[in-house]
Amino acid sequence: MTLQFACGYDKKSETRQSMSKKILLKNDHIPGINTLEVYRKHGGYESLKKALSMAPDAIVEEVKKSGLRGRGGAGFPTGMKWSFLAKPEGVPRYLVCNADESEPGTFKDRYLMERIPHLLVEGMIVSSFALGANTSYIYIRGEYFYILRILEKAIDEAYAAGLLGKNILGSGFDHDCYVQIGAGAYICGEETALLESLEGKRGNPRLKPPFPAVKGLWDCPTVVNNVETIAAVVPIVEMGGDTYAGIGIGKSAGTKLISASGHINKPGVYEIELGVPVEEFIYSDEYCGGIRNGKELKAVVAGGSSVPILPKHLILKTAAGEPRLMSYESLGDGGFATGTMLGSGGFIVMDEDTSIVKNLYTFARFYHHESCGQCSPCREGTGWMERIIKKILDGKGTLADIDLLWDVQSKIEGKTICPLGEAAAWPVAAAIRHFRHEFEEYVTRPEGIREVRHYYRLNRLEPA
Amino acid sequence: MTATDNIKFSDETLALVQKTIRRYPPGRQKSALLPVLHLAQAEFDGWLSAPVMDYVASLLDLQPIEVYEVASFYSMFNLQPVGRCLIEVCHTSSCWLLGADDIVKHLEQKLGIKKGQTTPDGKFTLKTVECLGSCGTAPMMMIGAQFHENLTLEKVDAIVGEWEGKGERSRYC
Repeated sequence: MTLQFACGYDKKSETRQSMSKKILLKNDHIPGINTLEVYRKHGGYESLKKALSMAPDAIVEEVKKSGLRGRGGAGFPTGMKWSFLAKPEGVPRYLVCNADESEPGTFKDRYLMERIPHLLVEGMIVSSFALGANTSYIYIRGEYFYILRILEKAIDEAYAAGLLGKNILGSGFDHDCYVQIGAGAYICGEETALLESLEGKRGNPRLKPPFPAVKGLWDCPTVVNNVETIAAVVPIVEMGGDTYAGIGIGKSAGTKLISASGHINKPGVYEIELGVPVEEFIYSDEYCGGIRNGKELKAVVAGGSSVPILPKHLILKTAAGEPRLMSYESLGDGGFATGTMLGSGGFIVMDEDTSIVKNLYTFARFYHHESCGQCSPCREGTGWMERIIKKILDGKGTLADIDLLWDVQSKIEGKTICPLGEAAAWPVAAAIRHFRHEFEEYVTRPEGIREVRHYYRLNRLEPA
Repeated sequence: MTATDNIKFSDETLALVQKTIRRYPPGRQKSALLPVLHLAQAEFDGWLSAPVMDYVASLLDLQPIEVYEVASFYSMFNLQPVGRCLIEVCHTSSCWLLGADDIVKHLEQKLGIKKGQTTPDGKFTLKTVECLGSCGTAPMMMIGAQFHENLTLEKVDAIVGEWEGKGERSRYC
């Protein structure tokens, strides 16, 4: 396969075959893979069989060795999180799957659950066995109601086949798995807010410590993991932690599901081996297929709405001129001054016509809407930022407003119970850091705003 | 006399409520609140009135305030009546990049209402919502539990036309 973009990535093409590696989605194209029968025909639940023959602690050890990091966005080592789980006598433990996927730009968990629901169910059973949890819950966002039905069907099939319930496959291990529906609240993706919601309350994050590993669901020791993380446990048990750790690059082990959206030719969910160059990911036909309508790339939000936006020159290469790679370390290279984060893998691409200020406004409005209201800096700050950006966008802003905006965002970070404060502040800071000139243009040339093409008009999107 | 006297789930729904409560340890029936509120909204005209919330409180052995504070926190629970067809258009980043504003404007003109309003005949309510996880198939809108993706103005027209003639109510469950 030839890569047609300039910048020297053709020399990487030799290693490309090994780079495109599908583990989680290797069977996503098989008709009927959502059913137990087809899933098992392609090796499904073999990992569970193997796990049940192992000591639970040995599974935790394999996950540690694998280097798997939380795929929901924080990137915390999963094996370590598991090893924190308290095990007091006579107290139940719980595994809770975070399927609240709500970070703008992220839709990978939806894809995985819709296509291969049994991969998640198998991961839930294997992980629960490793953790000694006899009950688990999959907390799914309310808007994914149709996926709740898909998961419930998969769970029913698993019960009927003796893969859930009492004495699973004769192992003596009992496990029940339930799906819990949310009702529209981004904050419930924060693990302690999720637990509150699962207890039937408002999604207000809890003060930590105590961490859920000690006091989680109903005050019992609980592990909360993202859908993709739990799914990845299945191949890790299958192939062994060391083999998994050999995939990817450095401390970014394994594969990652990337949700690609925005002004690209081929939006969708891609499983990549961590370490693929960003430039290849954007321009190669194997992934995003380049910028649509032959436009130029302007900026990318690489890991979901809360990570810093980067302009073209910094997303393709680090400040030191090294190729930027799709990995935790490379995307983070340069800190927030010149880098960003892999986050949830929500990869939003913007072309040359995009108004960075208007896009930021959609983020600011989002965080204002989603703030739970518990901490003043976030409750007041998110609304304040939204109002300032709207004022600037409407051509009524002053240069002092840009400084004020910077000031407000800088006073939220680190001052809230949960990271929603940071998530709201970071995109504002990054937009001003890299695109201050654009904010200034809105202030100094309000008459030019009409000329700014905020978005593609739909009639221009239609095929001729 | 309480306001909940004439509000009651069907037997089928009551069985679902009991099934939901059994997912949790004894005494933790409060965990069933979100699922049960969804059932209530679906069964009682698409929104949660105070009497309906009181009824849910009595079913789960909760104080009414425990239900009110939850219902008012989550954006999928309607505390006011909504039209038979609730149209929720995503307007966050990726959907905006691909024309969500045009979709909203088009719907406003077509339905003769502003976002957040209901048509006088009670048929349609138009709402803008935050990211629904459909960024790769933007722009999108949700009606009931159904995602309508890769929207064009023509597609929107067709979907609205279909709902014009429908007697039933859009619902999540």
